[in-house]
Amino acid sequence: MTYLPKPKFHHPAIETNELGYTHRDYEGAISTLCAGCGHDSISAAIMHACFELNLPPHRIAKLSGIGCSSKTPTYFLGQSHGFNSVHGRMPSVLTGANLANRDLIYLGVSGDGDSASIGLGQFAHAIRRGVNMVYIVENNGVYGLTKGQFSATSDKGSKSKRGAVNSDLPIDLVGMALQLGATFVARSFSGDKTQLGPLIKAGIQHRGSAFIDCISPCVAFNNHEGSTKSFDYVRAHNAALNRLDFMTGRSPILLDHPPGSLQEVTLHDGSTLRLRKLAEDYDVRDRAAAMAHLYEGQAAGEIVTGLIYLEEDAGDLHEHLATEERPLNGLGEADLCPGSAALERLNQALR
Amino acid sequence: MKPTDISAPDYFHKVVDCQWACPAHTPVPEYIRQIAAGDYGRAYMINWESNVFPGILGRTCDRPCEPACRRGRVERDPVAICRLKRVAADYKPDIAALLPRPADIRIGKRVACIGAGPASLTVARDLAPLGYEIVIFDQDAAAGGMMRTQIPRFRLPESVIDEEVGYVLGLGIEFRGGRRIDSLRALLTQGFDAIFVGTGAPRGRDLDIPGRREAAANIHIGIDWLSSVSFGHIDKIGRRVIVLGGGNTAMDCCRSSRRLGGEEVSVVVRSGFAEMKASPWEKEDAMHEGIPILNYLVPKEFTHSKGRLQGVVFEKVRAERGAKGRRELVPTGEPPVHMPCDDVLVAVGQENAFPWIERDIGIEFDRHGMPVVDKDTYQSTLPRVFFGGDAAFGPKNIIWAVAHGHEAAVSIDALCNGGDVTRRLPPRMNLVSQKMGIHEWSYDNAISIDQRFKVPLKDSRIALKDIKAEVELGFDGGLAFAEAQRCLNCDIQTVFQAPLCIECDACVDICPMDCITFTHNGDEDDLRTRLAAPAPNKAQDLYVSSELKTSRVMVKDEDVCLHCGLCAERCPTGAWDMQKFTLEMSYAGQGCRSSA
Repeated sequence: MTYLPKPKFHHPAIETNELGYTHRDYEGAISTLCAGCGHDSISAAIMHACFELNLPPHRIAKLSGIGCSSKTPTYFLGQSHGFNSVHGRMPSVLTGANLANRDLIYLGVSGDGDSASIGLGQFAHAIRRGVNMVYIVENNGVYGLTKGQFSATSDKGSKSKRGAVNSDLPIDLVGMALQLGATFVARSFSGDKTQLGPLIKAGIQHRGSAFIDCISPCVAFNNHEGSTKSFDYVRAHNAALNRLDFMTGRSPILLDHPPGSLQEVTLHDGSTLRLRKLAEDYDVRDRAAAMAHLYEGQAAGEIVTGLIYLEEDAGDLHEHLATEERPLNGLGEADLCPGSAALERLNQALR
Repeated sequence: MKPTDISAPDYFHKVVDCQWACPAHTPVPEYIRQIAAGDYGRAYMINWESNVFPGILGRTCDRPCEPACRRGRVERDPVAICRLKRVAADYKPDIAALLPRPADIRIGKRVACIGAGPASLTVARDLAPLGYEIVIFDQDAAAGGMMRTQIPRFRLPESVIDEEVGYVLGLGIEFRGGRRIDSLRALLTQGFDAIFVGTGAPRGRDLDIPGRREAAANIHIGIDWLSSVSFGHIDKIGRRVIVLGGGNTAMDCCRSSRRLGGEEVSVVVRSGFAEMKASPWEKEDAMHEGIPILNYLVPKEFTHSKGRLQGVVFEKVRAERGAKGRRELVPTGEPPVHMPCDDVLVAVGQENAFPWIERDIGIEFDRHGMPVVDKDTYQSTLPRVFFGGDAAFGPKNIIWAVAHGHEAAVSIDALCNGGDVTRRLPPRMNLVSQKMGIHEWSYDNAISIDQRFKVPLKDSRIALKDIKAEVELGFDGGLAFAEAQRCLNCDIQTVFQAPLCIECDACVDICPMDCITFTHNGDEDDLRTRLAAPAPNKAQDLYVSSELKTSRVMVKDEDVCLHCGLCAERCPTGAWDMQKFTLEMSYAGQGCRSSA
């Protein structure tokens, strides 16, 4: 962390988006996380994604639970709605908020402790219900706030900073999300923003439950040799399936992208995702194959990253429940108290 | 690009824009920090070592540092470097004990300096403590040269000149004032081991147009008039005054006129207002005193009647691009303008004059009548004779004269010790980490967002009544602190050690100016297009690291870096560190002599 607020000055030639905002307008308070924390990189990727998508900050709601990861919403999108919930209960709060006002963009920010331990049940049900959200787990495989115990996503055989070896099997949240019916599933790495940024943008544009498991090394307690969530280990074992170019009418940015065949996917809002395949025979629309590929990668000691599964025309919870289209705060007295005639009709219908 | 060699003194020196731009390479951020800390004595001495005349320059410098200041690129106006220098001079305690003492042992070498202006005094200051016997000659009774004769007292009080010239003369230097050197040949026979010519550009250019001779009584050459005012020979001027010329001398002339009875004073320039040579702040000061500046008017004739000046006739012109793309002034064809006046001051330029140097003693002159002087050693074609200041390459400013003086002193020292005059030692540099604790630095890295503070002025009704009343009151301690806090500490360098970097991106994310990018290497033009923010300013270098683990490199555009140190605060491994860059210029002395 630093004690100084970030200086107000910005680059004299700083870019503005369609709303006239610079990426600095998407910042929050100065981070109090450890210097070099992967979570700060994820925050930066979220800010840039919202900037590039021209999202008005006040139309975004960011919700989180407890933990290092769940502190991060304070450090980005300072002009957005925020809710810091009880440990592991972010998915319920988010579901409720989404039901009350479907017009906001929902970012659920959680960690491996918040989602894979105390909140595992909450995680499962929010995904299962298809709540329209981007659910990001900032996964460092360690309890950083309590000084480095193994978390539920620590790999078996991974070594703690003090030398203990983890004997428990890990929970793979990506595998669970696939099994529970998430309609957008991705894994990325905080040290690779060229991959992470487009995934966040695609997740925001996706309607339905979008889940991103983002490996985010804990520089204080889980970045040593023997850890399977360190910068070095993840870089050495990263098996990227694809690269995303996210196109919103603008010309795509084609930087640092290795060659590969292209696959274009149109999202429900008309924007286009262009996938540059790195694993040639991989089809992101095949859930069963995705699960198989994930297990194969795991067995081979690879960390499979990229867009793993996408259902293009997914519905969301509102559609499933056929709820009122307007946000509840937009309903007036006439809508809420339709009168005795309406009540009579209802009673008749139930007779 | 190849990894940047930060051990080359020039690399980080260039990052300190002000110091790089200063001819004397004054360590500006270092003394500004001392001012902020209230240590005015230390701030003064840092200046004194580099530029010899902090109090004088703090009022009169042409400030090449300020247009270079990074603050001007990230905010709007540069730090008021010049006026902060004055603060150090105004509020310092007695610094006599910090000055070098006259040499105890004389080395038996004698050096004559002709002219007691800034160049000669710098040579004398650099050499006297080394044991040289220095004799300074000047036509005037008091030393100081143009600083004393041409700069009006309302800009530079006499006490400041006396003090700072006194520090130099106090080093055991012999000053022979009121003695004009009429023959260099004669001086050459007097046993001096070296002679330094620092006689300035003492002749004001005249304007030879009809009526000049007839109305001569009321037409004055600007610099001569200023020096007569300075010595009290002239204490009034006509009610209506026209000043011809657009340089700083013209500004001094018009403002002096306002104080000597000139009620309607105007400045008239041939070319456009923007093309004037005067510094913008001097134009501002003149206009603040109710002096209009009229442009695109070429003087054609002085009108007179019975030997008395009546006015000046001007032709109206406009600027056009000529056939060769050069800017030319062409008449507009409108009828000429007659402007009545009582006195005219001609300040259209200065020339060098060396009637006292015989042309057959071995000193070559070029076709413009200027001595042939080596640009690095300041040596003339007669090895024992050196030139500096305006006498060497024509009119410039005090700070250039000081820089020339330092270099000439190095040459003279080498000559007198049988060394190679052309030998120059590179400056010595050092980098020292400023880390004090986990997030503590030995400098104030919070960035002030204040805009440039204005220097308080004396009420012009009072100021215009007394030619000796200094107009600028100077910053007080509080304003000086606030202005000093605007300095971005560009000498506290961002130093990157590639082997320590784990490529976590923390520095990229925190940098408020988007200076840092991790990307694949390429040549400079290519890299500049692939950075986090546009990097079009090629005058500012890219700092490129050696290759990192992912085969990328770190590229930092130095252009708009705030030196806030957040990259280093966010770096988990200490790959970034904030290190103070100090540059030690090589002055005359043991270190600069070759053994040969």
